[in-house]
Amino acid sequence: MSATTEHIHIDPTEKRWMIASVILLLIFFAAVTVAGFMLGIQVPTRERRVDPNTVAEQPPWSEPGVREIVPGEEYEVYVLAHRFSFTPNEIEVPVGAKVTFYVTSTDVQHGFKLQDTNINFMAIPGQVSKLSTTFDEPGVYPYVCTEYCGLGHAVMAGAVTVTEAP
Amino acid sequence: MAETTTKTPVYALTREERRFVGLHLVFAFAALTIGSLFGPLQALEHAGLDLYPTLEKFGIQSYYQGLTLHGVLNALVWTTFFITGFLTVAIIRGFQRRLAYPGLNQFGFWTMVVGLLMAAVPLLLNKATVLFTFYPPMQASTWFYLGLTLVVVGSWIEGWGFYATYWQWRKDNPKTRTPFIAFASLITMVMWQIATLGVAAEILGLLLPWSMGLTDGIDPQLSRTFFWFTGHPLVYFWLLPAYVSWYGMLPKQVDGKLFSDSLARLAFWLFLLLSVPLGFHHQFVDPGVPAGWKYVHAILTFSVFFPSLLTFFTVIASLEYGARQRGGKGRFGWIRALPWSNPSVTAQLLAGILFVFGGIGGLANAAYNVNLVLHNTAWVPGHFHLTVASAVTLSFIGISFWLVPHLTHKPLWQPKVALAGVWTYFVGMLIFSNAMHTVGLLGAPRRTTLGLAPYVPAEWSGYLWRVGFGGSLMWIGIMATIVVVAVTAFRKKELPEGEFVDVPVAESIEDPQRTPVWLDSWKPWLVGTAVLVLLAYGPQLIDQIFGMSATSPRIAP
Ligand code: HEM
Ligand SMILES: [Cu+2]
Repeated sequence: MSATTEHIHIDPTEKRWMIASVILLLIFFAAVTVAGFMLGIQVPTRERRVDPNTVAEQPPWSEPGVREIVPGEEYEVYVLAHRFSFTPNEIEVPVGAKVTFYVTSTDVQHGFKLQDTNINFMAIPGQVSKLSTTFDEPGVYPYVCTEYCGLGHAVMAGAVTVTEAP
Repeated sequence: MAETTTKTPVYALTREERRFVGLHLVFAFAALTIGSLFGPLQALEHAGLDLYPTLEKFGIQSYYQGLTLHGVLNALVWTTFFITGFLTVAIIRGFQRRLAYPGLNQFGFWTMVVGLLMAAVPLLLNKATVLFTFYPPMQASTWFYLGLTLVVVGSWIEGWGFYATYWQWRKDNPKTRTPFIAFASLITMVMWQIATLGVAAEILGLLLPWSMGLTDGIDPQLSRTFFWFTGHPLVYFWLLPAYVSWYGMLPKQVDGKLFSDSLARLAFWLFLLLSVPLGFHHQFVDPGVPAGWKYVHAILTFSVFFPSLLTFFTVIASLEYGARQRGGKGRFGWIRALPWSNPSVTAQLLAGILFVFGGIGGLANAAYNVNLVLHNTAWVPGHFHLTVASAVTLSFIGISFWLVPHLTHKPLWQPKVALAGVWTYFVGMLIFSNAMHTVGLLGAPRRTTLGLAPYVPAEWSGYLWRVGFGGSLMWIGIMATIVVVAVTAFRKKELPEGEFVDVPVAESIEDPQRTPVWLDSWKPWLVGTAVLVLLAYGPQLIDQIFGMSATSPRIAP
């Protein structure tokens, strides 16, 4: 068998299919790139490390909860996840403000998903998860633990109350 | 109609080989039977019917202990035992020769069995209720980690037996293209070997010393990175053996041929190249992985879509070729000419249909910003029941419908029951996975006893009810197929004297000798894979390993 008879047999229909596949891929690449870099849709990135054994005793998590940075416009929320609740489990912020969440765990891995928003990340001991959102509608937004953390995992939840602008 | 028999098998496995492969299937199906038992219980819990209090009598102490068993037995044990057994057949039949060192393969197999038993004890005693991802610092019994390690190492050893068989064959056949089913099996095993380096590093380097008290703390983020190095390609370890059948066997079962030998090989090489370096797409919402690397892995993840689309085309073209040989006509009318009365074929066709839905959903998971909405919601199990529990499991069950008669020389028991079983599972799966996807989009978390959760809105209840209903149908369906397989294996009735069920091996339309040599050479592809893995993972691994802070103590589940 000589090398000259070797070739990749590609049926014409198959060739068209392959070209279409490549184009489709390029479209997906573009879509992810645009969403990530131009529309500013964010995923968590490295924030800072903490010691899970002592984080609850040191600022800012020694006083978890809401910090008003610019009244009515900018807020920070520090949340501790631990079996089987969040501290705090009630949060109040005004509508239209930019709210940044900083979440970490003092024991095992947990999840933090704030319903009807883009905020959904892991709460990993030793790491700080950070994402921001703006609530456009007043109302109650539950946040729930989305990673199995033990027998009481299903009751681990809290709620953000978004109030009308003052 | 069930299996087709022949008086002149192309190549028959020896008695010992058949027994050896059969043992793999015994463990595989035992795991699937026990693992599946928890499926409907979980689904019904979501629907509001909590049967777990009754289970306490049988030693199952919580939903989560059951869920750990469900994940470990179905996703790890059923798959690994079936795959090593099935690929043994593909290697022997593909090369048409005995294993080079049968003793080595047996040693590998029994290592897996010892590992399984070692892990089973703490699982059943509720000492390893950490789910199949065993994220630290939640800590399981040391025996659980050791057992899992032995299962993986045993599967490696079986792989080494395959490589040795290949080298022997290659020495005798220096110029021949590797027979396709053997070729594809080898790639699957090599990919697995590379992929499992991650979990090996996690268990041996972090979890074992920590669980034995040799180290005081562990870094949960680093563990996750190691875990998902293996966790994603794991999916391809399940899938590629199904592809061995779809490309290399199913066409024969429908009187067709493999449409393109070269492109089938290309697809397998691309899976080797691209399966490993994209694990961060399981960590899009991890705080300890920089966003830039998440983007790189998102792009790589989309790339695997290319060999998947190739597979889609080649498999359908091969089926169509067969259906037209059988007299099928029309643009889509040929589909009716496929042998739908053969449960082995139907199981695999339905597996393929469900997989198309799974593939589309997978695209959504891969888009790293869409993933923000879906991560750890019920969408995710909704998705992978279409992949591992459908494309893979239904295919393996379909394969068993000829493999068990092949191994035992016994005719398939009640092909009609087998058919009813796979159809029931299919319908149940459509209902179940559709509802899981939707309720996940609405925000329902996974791995959660939703019946106890205080935040479940009324809006979810219709979907959760369908999860329970579809899940129950699935269980009835899968049990019917397991009963068919078990009765076939242990029934008295044998095939008529002198008749055999052959391993279906599809020819390709083109002479494989005309496939270019670079599609049958290991070196360029292995080097390429190593380079890509190093580029995609090297910098982050170095960073995370040297930046490790082992601060998390051992915490009981
Ligand atoms: C018999 C029918 C089955 C039903 C009704 C079923 C149902 C379910 C349900 C409802 C969950 C989600 C539990 C939760 O997130 O709380 C689940 C999880 C899972 N299932 Fe199934 N399942 C079945 C069969 C299978 C099969 C055949 C496989 C694999 C081969 C499988 C693999 C898994 C895995 C890996 C998980 C995830 C476990 C975890 O999150 O730790 N299932 N199943
Ligand atoms: Cu939690």
